[in-house]
Amino acid sequence: MKRLLTRAKDSRLLGLLRKIELDKYGPFVALVVLFVISSLASPYFLQLRNLTNILRQISYTGIIALGMTFVIISGGIDLSVGSATALVGAVAITVLNLLGGGVWAIVAAIAVAVLAGSTAGALNGLVITRWRVAPFIVTLGTMSIFRSLTLFMTNASVLRSTSQLYPKLGMGYLLGLPNPVWIMLILAAAFHLILYHTRYGRYVSAVGSNERVATYAAIKTAWIKFYSYVIVGATVGITSILLSSRLNSVGSTNAGAGYELDAIAAVIIGGTSLSGGSGSIVGTLIGAVILGIVNNMLNMMGVSPYLQGTVKGLVIIGAVLIQRGRRRTA
Amino acid sequence: MGEQREQSVTQTLVKTEGLAKDFSGVYVLRDIDVEIQTGEILGIIGENGAGKSTFIKLLNGTYAPSDGVIEFDGEPVQLSPATSKRLGITTIPQEFNLVNDLMVYENIFLGQEYRRRFGVLDRKRMRARTEDLMKDLEANVPPRAEVSSLSVAEKQMVEIAKAVAFNSRLLIMDEPTTVLTPIEIRILFDLMRRLKAQGVTIIYISHKLKEVQEICDRVMVLRDGDFISLDPVEALDEHEMANRMVGREMTQIFPEKAVGGEEIVLDVEGLSVPNLLHDISFSLHRGEILGFAGLGGAGRTELAETIFGLRKKSHGVIRVRGEVCEIKSPSDAVAHQIAYLPEDRQGTGILTGFDVASNVTLTSLKDYAKLLINRRKEHAAARKYVKTFDIKTTSVRTRLEYLSGGNQQKVSLAKSLDANPTIFLFDEPTRGIDINAKMQIFQFIHELVAQGISCIFISSELEEVIGLCRRVFVMRAGRIAGMLADDRVTEEEIMKLATGVTEGGLA
Repeated sequence: MKRLLTRAKDSRLLGLLRKIELDKYGPFVALVVLFVISSLASPYFLQLRNLTNILRQISYTGIIALGMTFVIISGGIDLSVGSATALVGAVAITVLNLLGGGVWAIVAAIAVAVLAGSTAGALNGLVITRWRVAPFIVTLGTMSIFRSLTLFMTNASVLRSTSQLYPKLGMGYLLGLPNPVWIMLILAAAFHLILYHTRYGRYVSAVGSNERVATYAAIKTAWIKFYSYVIVGATVGITSILLSSRLNSVGSTNAGAGYELDAIAAVIIGGTSLSGGSGSIVGTLIGAVILGIVNNMLNMMGVSPYLQGTVKGLVIIGAVLIQRGRRRTA
Repeated sequence: MGEQREQSVTQTLVKTEGLAKDFSGVYVLRDIDVEIQTGEILGIIGENGAGKSTFIKLLNGTYAPSDGVIEFDGEPVQLSPATSKRLGITTIPQEFNLVNDLMVYENIFLGQEYRRRFGVLDRKRMRARTEDLMKDLEANVPPRAEVSSLSVAEKQMVEIAKAVAFNSRLLIMDEPTTVLTPIEIRILFDLMRRLKAQGVTIIYISHKLKEVQEICDRVMVLRDGDFISLDPVEALDEHEMANRMVGREMTQIFPEKAVGGEEIVLDVEGLSVPNLLHDISFSLHRGEILGFAGLGGAGRTELAETIFGLRKKSHGVIRVRGEVCEIKSPSDAVAHQIAYLPEDRQGTGILTGFDVASNVTLTSLKDYAKLLINRRKEHAAARKYVKTFDIKTTSVRTRLEYLSGGNQQKVSLAKSLDANPTIFLFDEPTRGIDINAKMQIFQFIHELVAQGISCIFISSELEEVIGLCRRVFVMRAGRIAGMLADDRVTEEEIMKLATGVTEGGLA
């Protein structure tokens, strides 16, 4: 049923793209093309340091994007992740400082962060499933609430950790890759397993693709959706630890600002449908890397940082347009 | 060219030559040469997957032909949805194309609104025109009713009104009567005759051969994408039509009626749902096929939904195998080994974006997963159903959107069955599927009851209820109007109870 493409009097390139199943490999093809262009455009691009740098930069929002993939596949959205990152980070640093900043204090801070993030997500999930408020509205509300609580907690200042040890977590490397990158990769592998090989993953897709059918198939749709918000909340907790330990502080006004946009963008660019039902973790990872490379190239070519948002916006809109073309042909 | 045109306007409206369509190399329609005359009603019959839908989608521009030519008014045309609309080709689709949140008149004029100066909508004129249209259709649908509040039959009328409103020259109707009551079918047929008298050409697709016989001038038979025959309708009787569709001599449609046991497996007492169901009581015996007949909107679907935990009951008791059950959700129902095959297949039964295997195991996934899903076991189960139900699919990994309606229905069945039910609620299981698939489903239900599974069979096709069930409950306006058994299960008796008219004779 590749009707649209046929009618578009397909050029040879389009014909080629059709052959390689744009459906599945679209984001990957885009990544390869972008990679080749970037390496031709700048001699520095292919340097190992630059590449690991890109990966580290994307890891913070990339981790959240992994969790966001579940939410979006189930048919929802979470706009509160950026503010929640700041709030959870502030809570974690507070705990860390209270407990003296040693190894056990760090362990406690991590546990509290994951727990607090999951709780924030559970809160969203509860309002969305229990009282049936649209996810967009609920998380728009909590986005404002979480940021405001962070500002209140810190008196709108930067909350610094007193620990000497804590920064090692976020700054460290393992086998040549920054720690946050490892965590992103491990989470991606785990989430991929959950999405494709567990009942929960199957149910998430079922709920997102047709909630009525899922209900008729005796799936507890409310719980499935609820847990997707808990999952994204947990990823927020992890990111807030990695971010605050790298800076050894949390800035209440700017920590996590705009993360919701980057996370959602990575998911969408990665081929997950914003209307739910289908998507992939690998795609999200690729989406995050694409965003990272675009930013990196703009930096290297000396484009004003103020313009980078414009390019990012265009990439997102472009990705959705391509997706829609794909859907129509299906 | 002008000469040629004058000639053809008088006779042929649409002419196809060597028309063919393939999807990635698989031909679903081959080499169709047909001339459709102006002002005729052309019936198209064939099993699911015979190519009927593909043929009309080529005519209304949804698909572009892979091969061949379509001539309209004697001129070759390249049809797209927009051009076909301009030419006056309209389709009343099987699945409705209405915006639920808009009112009836807004739907009818969607995209072609009447306007006054400065682009202001002329709502008054649109409403008046809608009222006229509805009067013509003898349909009691107020222009300002919201579409979501309409019954299926009323939505159908809105679709027809939408098509008629803009002077259609070729009206394509795909299974228009499946959701209509006998009375509504009368009205539709009258309307079709009037349109025909006005010179409108109609293509009529149906599985109901009796109706084809009644309303069509000529009938075209397709089978597996091939043209089989095109004859005046008088030349074929129903039996011959069925034979040509299937390509072999048809045997008996209904299996022998099942005799239920003594044991009562499902006992419903005084069940009520505000505004929908009132004081419903009945009991289902082990291994019986219990029929539920009634007109559209009588509450049969709502009853099944309530038993399955999709609706909240306000009063009444449901006992499964003697034990009182509080069924609050479908998962409660499944836990009590109740299965439900819903009426609206695409909306509630299957996930078109999922493959065959994941659809089959959707309800029973628990049995295939410890921590991780055992794909091998899952696929083996799916293959088993593909084989026993004769599901036509390339593999168990094929997505359901590529399967025909009958095969989708079988997957939906397999899904319900895989949860190991002992009580099976069938809601219009044969809606929109062909004779062969119907027979297979009857046979399948028969095998179920032979294994001791008890079935509730809801159908608007009286002959099915009569052919399958020894006991039939007839519902009217949310109540049980009466129960018929054995010899009293006849079309007349059922219609009497269903309509509440003492003198039957509607059908």
